[in-house]
Amino acid sequence: MNTTRRHLLQGAAFAGVVGAPALLRAQTEKIKIGHLTPLTGFLGALGEYAVMGIKMATDEINAAGGVLGRQLDVMSEDSVNPQVASSKAQRMIERDNVTLLMGEINSASALTISQVAARNKKLFLSIGARSDALRGKDCNRYTFHVDIPVTVMVNAAGQALVRDGMVKGKRIFSLTADYLFGHDLSKAAKKFFAANGGEQIGDELVATDVTDFSPYLLKIRQARPDLVATNLAGNQVTNFVKQYAEFGLPYAVAGFNLNTADAWAAGEGNLGGIWPTVWHHELNTPGSKAFTAAFTKKHGKPPENHAWIEYVSLKIIAQAIDQTKSTDTDKLIAYFESEAQFDLLKARKGYFRSWDHQLMQEAYPFTVKAKGQAKDKWDFLKFGDAVPAANQPLDLLAPSKADSACKM
Amino acid sequence: MQVVFLLEQVVNGLVLGGYYLLLALGLSLIFSVGGIVNLAHGAFYAIGAYLSLEIGHHFGFGAGVVLSPVAVGLLGILFERFLLRRFYTADPILSLLVTFGLAMVAEQVLRMVWGAAPLPSAMPAALKGNVTAGDFLFSRYRLLLLAIVLVVMTALWLLLHKTSFGRVVRAGVQRPDMVAALGIRLQPYMTAIVVLGVASAALGGALFGPITIVHPAMGTEIMTVAFVVVVIGGLGSFWGVVLAALLVGVVRGVTIHFAPAAGEASMYVLMFLVLMFRPRGLLGERIERFE
Repeated sequence: MNTTRRHLLQGAAFAGVVGAPALLRAQTEKIKIGHLTPLTGFLGALGEYAVMGIKMATDEINAAGGVLGRQLDVMSEDSVNPQVASSKAQRMIERDNVTLLMGEINSASALTISQVAARNKKLFLSIGARSDALRGKDCNRYTFHVDIPVTVMVNAAGQALVRDGMVKGKRIFSLTADYLFGHDLSKAAKKFFAANGGEQIGDELVATDVTDFSPYLLKIRQARPDLVATNLAGNQVTNFVKQYAEFGLPYAVAGFNLNTADAWAAGEGNLGGIWPTVWHHELNTPGSKAFTAAFTKKHGKPPENHAWIEYVSLKIIAQAIDQTKSTDTDKLIAYFESEAQFDLLKARKGYFRSWDHQLMQEAYPFTVKAKGQAKDKWDFLKFGDAVPAANQPLDLLAPSKADSACKM
Repeated sequence: MQVVFLLEQVVNGLVLGGYYLLLALGLSLIFSVGGIVNLAHGAFYAIGAYLSLEIGHHFGFGAGVVLSPVAVGLLGILFERFLLRRFYTADPILSLLVTFGLAMVAEQVLRMVWGAAPLPSAMPAALKGNVTAGDFLFSRYRLLLLAIVLVVMTALWLLLHKTSFGRVVRAGVQRPDMVAALGIRLQPYMTAIVVLGVASAALGGALFGPITIVHPAMGTEIMTVAFVVVVIGGLGSFWGVVLAALLVGVVRGVTIHFAPAAGEASMYVLMFLVLMFRPRGLLGERIERFE
């Protein structure tokens, strides 16, 4: 397969010297993009939305004639775990000759892929991984980050908690997912509580494959906190909120990570508290409305935030290739580092911060609608106003350069 | 106070153990009688959860919990007649491969029919909340679950030990050739055992769906625990499996009390220790034809 393609390319190059028609042929070769995302395991449900989102963007772009007249060919695969993710990334670069890599939700897998990308000097657009470390001490020149980092998530929900008087002078108990992302979240949350006068009375690690939270619920009851703040991920959050409702504990709950798919899976009457999100399907902008309508029409259910983020991510890549007229890694990096603006279907456009490669954008806190107000089973979440507010700088909630360990 | 906290974890562990038992008993039964390690057992658990949601959607929660195991039991008849039956006397590797493959197929079918995203599942509001007794706090729903498990367990024990059906099955475990020589066909008994096994797994799925998440991989997730319980308890032993299920539940709870991060690892350490000192499991019987 490889040799055939090489022969074809050599042939095309030779013909290019002879005549123009071959140029046309080289131009029409597809742009291959390697896409890795977890389709199984505790993040698998989110990965399914991710694939739906990127597929929609691919179809739209290709139907409109592709980028630079070339069609996009996005190969989506299950990244399984950090080790498999790393070897699949290597294979996509070596054997499949992809132009660039994108995807991921699991921060630990994003880290291994980003190392492969850096070694091979290929671009990696890390889409749904939120660890601070990825953008901090583990940052590298070849990796760009689309999702909001944990610090922004903590600040987005944290501000709402402070406003409601749930932090200052309160005793806070945490549960933390026992992997890179959870540890990062816990670190940012502790810092936030300390800065706002909350007292952290406990923080327990929870393995990613835990489905029964009853022993943890008993520990929470024994600690009798004022607030239970969770740093959990994926299925964990759903299991936790359901069982918390089952045991009927009286303490307030909040958390710094809850994807809308996990919230939907909790079922009515089980969810409460304040949570952050990067995007939601009720966002009142023309772009988001059109996207939500098209997605709902195609899949019979509203898009989850991972569908949205994959959709805009591919559009970001398409814009970069189109503007630079190139698929060259260095040119694309230079374009992103110029802090070019991207339409994220939100009220304000976003840009990649040049020194740590993370996308600056709005985020939203959300709570749960009062009983009986939901129109249907997708409609029980109540989304707050965008943070930072319209008159504040977009990078207000992100870690500052002084706090960041990122050196490229 | 510390002692009360610990005791609370022990009691909670016993409740959780009851739920492991629903899966482990069926797994152990099918192995003891047919000599087949049914790797697809978790799939029946998952199917049970999905069906109970679907049925519950139309006819109410209770109907889902009752009818879903019945439906899965019927599926068990097909499973035994057309698949398992071919492998009782074959190389164990073959049945491992077949049931493993079936588990994967079942998971993909669930994914195709209902999607990869978890289905919202909730218990009736009346069953939510807790019951306190002194310093102890119990989830009302889990107490009901425990009661159901006790009923199922007692019924199974009576069936196996106090009826002629049970006598044939137990004789069949030890000496199938002798049973055959007495002119008794073991096959209908085998079908019945498989039906009972997968139906109890489905009951587990139906009951646990409202507590955890109903998603395609839920069967694979639960299989590991069910296996650990069967191995610790000892194959072929009814009380061994009961003891192991409770033990795994308690050890996990107590470990989480002291070292939360090690909670999920604790059962493997327990298995390791038990196998070191009792390779046949806690109460494992010596089954001649498996040696």
